[in-house]
Amino acid sequence: MNEAVALPDALTMPLSDIDVSDPRLLEQDAWRPFFARLRKEDPVHFQAASNFGPFWSITRFDDIVAVDSDHEAFSSEPIIFIGDQTEDTKLQSFINMDPPRHDVQRRAVQPVVAPQNLAVMERLIRSRVVDIMENLPTGETFDWVEHVSINLTTQMLATLFDFPFERRSKLTYWSDIAVGTPEISGGQVTHEERLAGLQECLAEFTQLWHQRKEVEGGFDLISLLQRDPETADLVDRPLEYLGNLILLIVGGNDTTRNSASGGVLALNKHPGEYDKLRANPGLIPSMVSEIIRWQTPLAHMRRTATRDLEFRGKQIRKGDKVVMWYLSGNYDDTVIEEADKFIIDRKNPRKHVSFGFGIHRCMGNRLAEMQLRILWEEIMQRFRFVEVMDEPERVQSNFVRGYKTLPVRLHPL
Amino acid sequence: MPKITLIEYNGTSHTIDAEPGISLMQNAIDNSVPGIDADCGGACACGTCHVFVEADWLPATGEVDAMEEAMLGMRPDRTDASRLSCQIDVTGELDGLIVRLPEFQM
Repeated sequence: MNEAVALPDALTMPLSDIDVSDPRLLEQDAWRPFFARLRKEDPVHFQAASNFGPFWSITRFDDIVAVDSDHEAFSSEPIIFIGDQTEDTKLQSFINMDPPRHDVQRRAVQPVVAPQNLAVMERLIRSRVVDIMENLPTGETFDWVEHVSINLTTQMLATLFDFPFERRSKLTYWSDIAVGTPEISGGQVTHEERLAGLQECLAEFTQLWHQRKEVEGGFDLISLLQRDPETADLVDRPLEYLGNLILLIVGGNDTTRNSASGGVLALNKHPGEYDKLRANPGLIPSMVSEIIRWQTPLAHMRRTATRDLEFRGKQIRKGDKVVMWYLSGNYDDTVIEEADKFIIDRKNPRKHVSFGFGIHRCMGNRLAEMQLRILWEEIMQRFRFVEVMDEPERVQSNFVRGYKTLPVRLHPL
Repeated sequence: MPKITLIEYNGTSHTIDAEPGISLMQNAIDNSVPGIDADCGGACACGTCHVFVEADWLPATGEVDAMEEAMLGMRPDRTDASRLSCQIDVTGELDGLIVRLPEFQM
């Protein structure tokens, strides 16, 4: 991909040339007309040539639900992003496994986000959010991504793993490199950097596993894996241990982080909605769902066809990559009214595809919603306006829809 | 119309006049019963319309198919009485049905 070449005009270019895997679409926030045209003219779209090989794009809301629900025809193996992993780092985790292996591994870690545990976590999260809020600079411009979004989600991750708190920035680093290479998502992380980072991650967590063995009754993710008979020996299967770690790190990091930034941006771009929020902070839970839709922090999930099949009149072949563009589904205005607008009191705000559907539906969805709810409750206690001072810098990727920076200035109550 | 009772986790009881021919989930939503999210709108794809059917009533609510089984299988609070209410079609035979709602949908 040549950086110097401008993006083509989505509305006039030949349909067959539309390649929504181009990571500049998200980086330049230019994706809307490309997906809008596909949804209208070619909702199940075949792209014969791309940097990630040939692939199908599923762009409509209902078709995404259908593909996501059919895990027999559309396998999550070998991997769930559009690019393939290289031979030396083929991570295995339950997000890229089909039943029955998927089921036993997911069941092992699910209790960490079960309702009883979330109730305990709520107090902890709130105290940390308060701490972050009270140490933010006022009267000057600063980066919301670094000071709030990354800070908040990294602290949460360290707690979930009971990872050494002072070393927690490593978790963010591993999360960023794990899905950031050109081959995987069109990102800018080199293959060598990813490999070295993953090895470091595995080494640290292997040490942590053995230390944790000495402790009884912990309720962190590592203790849960050790207690479940199906995963008690996971440390002896390094690519599977590492894979599940990366899954939980990325799942708990990029997603909430970018929604924590996206909400600020959305309210700034829709000042009428910010007024609604000031008038009625009771709208926060509904707004949180709307932020998760509007942001769509993971733009796609990929499946692989297990057999030849016909889908909406198209012939999909066994082995074909089938990419569900969650970002497109969430802006499908035949299903979501005025989908381009951010509306914090929508009638049915939970109706979005950001968490996916079917057996791979996001496991941490309630934790994510809780973190964002607490964040906004505490923001509204203190600040009349979190003002965005300049356009954000966005991540170059076709997988993570995120922000590198978001300059803001706080206006206290 | 069959009368169906849904009992929230906190004990609050809602008896609704259910409309036959549509799902229990849709009936609950139409009658504004809290505690059922139904994020996917009834596609058996999200698991957020989970209910516990009173034991005597289980056979009358029909069979659990493979997809529903897969979705229920992910819930830590799943019991033998667990069903997804979007997969229970309301008929006259369900007059008097009682279901309990879980503490949380997830």
